[in-house]
Amino acid sequence: MAAQVFAYIEHKNGVADDTALELVSAARNIFPDASPAAIVTGSGADLDAVCNDLAASYSEVWKFDNEALAYPNAEAIRKLLVAVLPAEAVVLVPHDTFGMDLAPGLSIKLNSVFVSDAAGFESLDGDNLKVIRQEYSGQVSTHLMANISAGAVINVRPGVFQPDESKSATGQVIDKSSEIGELTVGRRFLEVVEAEAGDVDITKEDILVSVGRGIEDQDNIEIAQELAEVVGGVVSCSRPIVDAKWLEKPRQVGTSGQTVKPKVYMALGISGSFQHLGGIKGNPFIVAVNKNPKAPIFQIADVGVVEDLLDFVPVLTEKIQEGK
Amino acid sequence: MEILVCVKRVPDTAENEIEINRDGSDIERDDLVYSVNEWDNYAVEEAIQIVDKVGGAVTVVSLGDEESEEVVRREMAMGAHNGILVTDDVFAGSDGKGIAAILKAVVEKGTYDLILTGAQADDGAGQIGGMLAAMLDMPYASVVNSIEVLNDSQLKVGREIEGGNQEMNEIALPCVLSIQTGINEPRYVGIRGIRKVASVDIPIWGASDLGLDPANVGESGAGVKRVDYFVPELGEGAEILEGSNEEIAEKLIDLLKAKGGIK
Repeated sequence: MAAQVFAYIEHKNGVADDTALELVSAARNIFPDASPAAIVTGSGADLDAVCNDLAASYSEVWKFDNEALAYPNAEAIRKLLVAVLPAEAVVLVPHDTFGMDLAPGLSIKLNSVFVSDAAGFESLDGDNLKVIRQEYSGQVSTHLMANISAGAVINVRPGVFQPDESKSATGQVIDKSSEIGELTVGRRFLEVVEAEAGDVDITKEDILVSVGRGIEDQDNIEIAQELAEVVGGVVSCSRPIVDAKWLEKPRQVGTSGQTVKPKVYMALGISGSFQHLGGIKGNPFIVAVNKNPKAPIFQIADVGVVEDLLDFVPVLTEKIQEGK
Repeated sequence: MEILVCVKRVPDTAENEIEINRDGSDIERDDLVYSVNEWDNYAVEEAIQIVDKVGGAVTVVSLGDEESEEVVRREMAMGAHNGILVTDDVFAGSDGKGIAAILKAVVEKGTYDLILTGAQADDGAGQIGGMLAAMLDMPYASVVNSIEVLNDSQLKVGREIEGGNQEMNEIALPCVLSIQTGINEPRYVGIRGIRKVASVDIPIWGASDLGLDPANVGESGAGVKRVDYFVPELGEGAEILEGSNEEIAEKLIDLLKAKGGIK
């Protein structure tokens, strides 16, 4: 195995992101005998804590400590990686808003191929890596063939690979801070503005009646509200509903919204993109109502109703009321 | 401010069930409804709003087949001032880098202060903006959900990050931004608007107009190639309830009661 494999580690408040251990499995999925190196950038005690933890999972942990890296600025980190990575490196990055910021440009500067949002690796034949991706909001999957002879930057979908919890590595933390070089950037981080709290806290509810594009019109949201009332739940939604300004952002479930852990989740007219499903935790009982039988939501739901929600949900609400 | 917005014609997933063709080489494209990629539409609206405030012009470019002219025209009906169609048989099979290289040539044929793309597309990888910025050596910000023009050389941009939080940045012009949905409310385009631009001349550029070597773009230059489409082996999937709406509702009520879904 000629290629050296690196995993970019995201972390916050001294704790590595869940993807840190998923990338170990992803690396071994590509190269069965890989011993990937972790790349950790940041500053101070939080950085040290993350690096020391990771030494149980990675054979090498490359530490880059610099005040300019205290907040992960993709432009600065790209410069750093271009300076320190060996030729033909295979770099794994979580596919999230940071990975989307960093990875495409990194592949240009490293002159290697880029694979976005990989959901699986099927085979490696010489330099040809066969990758699985999803397209059209998960309605179909596709195989891509990437030529990794000059290395690769691969964004890996979070939550797909089982985290390697074995903690079997006795790795060492290597302080590479002296190799950082200049980090001048054209984009300067100012601050993170926290999401505003809404009138309800959907993260604390046991029953969520969640609406998506299938609701079709703002006036129809009433249909979901009526159901929520009779079952004792609250209304949440998927991203397009917030984009259309039909409901407030604090009601949005998904990676760019709230992470919820209800007992019962009713997905009405929601197709079930992985960004939406990424916000549903705790293995709730999921009911999907969607007129498209191919909607990905039916793959993960417990119970499905292939009907137009606008026809079905009023009937359901009425039946529940009758029974009360 | 001179703004270039890159837009793509895509199958509209809100209007279509996407299926795979018989040999798995492509999706079934007969009878598909196409539209402008949703994210790109927000990008065009944002560009128009910026120009309305500070002056300048919005140019829309679409790379694709000849049919892509319709999305260029649609975005001009929204209020974009200029349109460009980039099409050439040798571009077919381009990977992300190939597309970014073609768009780089488009950028360099003009003078732009700001280049916008959609953050992603339903049939894409969310990669073009970042690649284009790196090729042009311009700063970049992805998943942008707010833009404020500070002065001639700087913008303040918000990025949508995890958990509904927003990351604020100052970014130097010229730069490339990929735009997230929800940043604005794209204006409605009526028949009258479309008619107004129906006969506007839209230049068509190919590889030679852009000074591109066909060997570097299209399938021959691609390091990433599509092999096939497939439908993944599903897990158990949902138990689908059958019957009339009344019958389904009764079955569902029993299940919901058992699972604590009715208080």
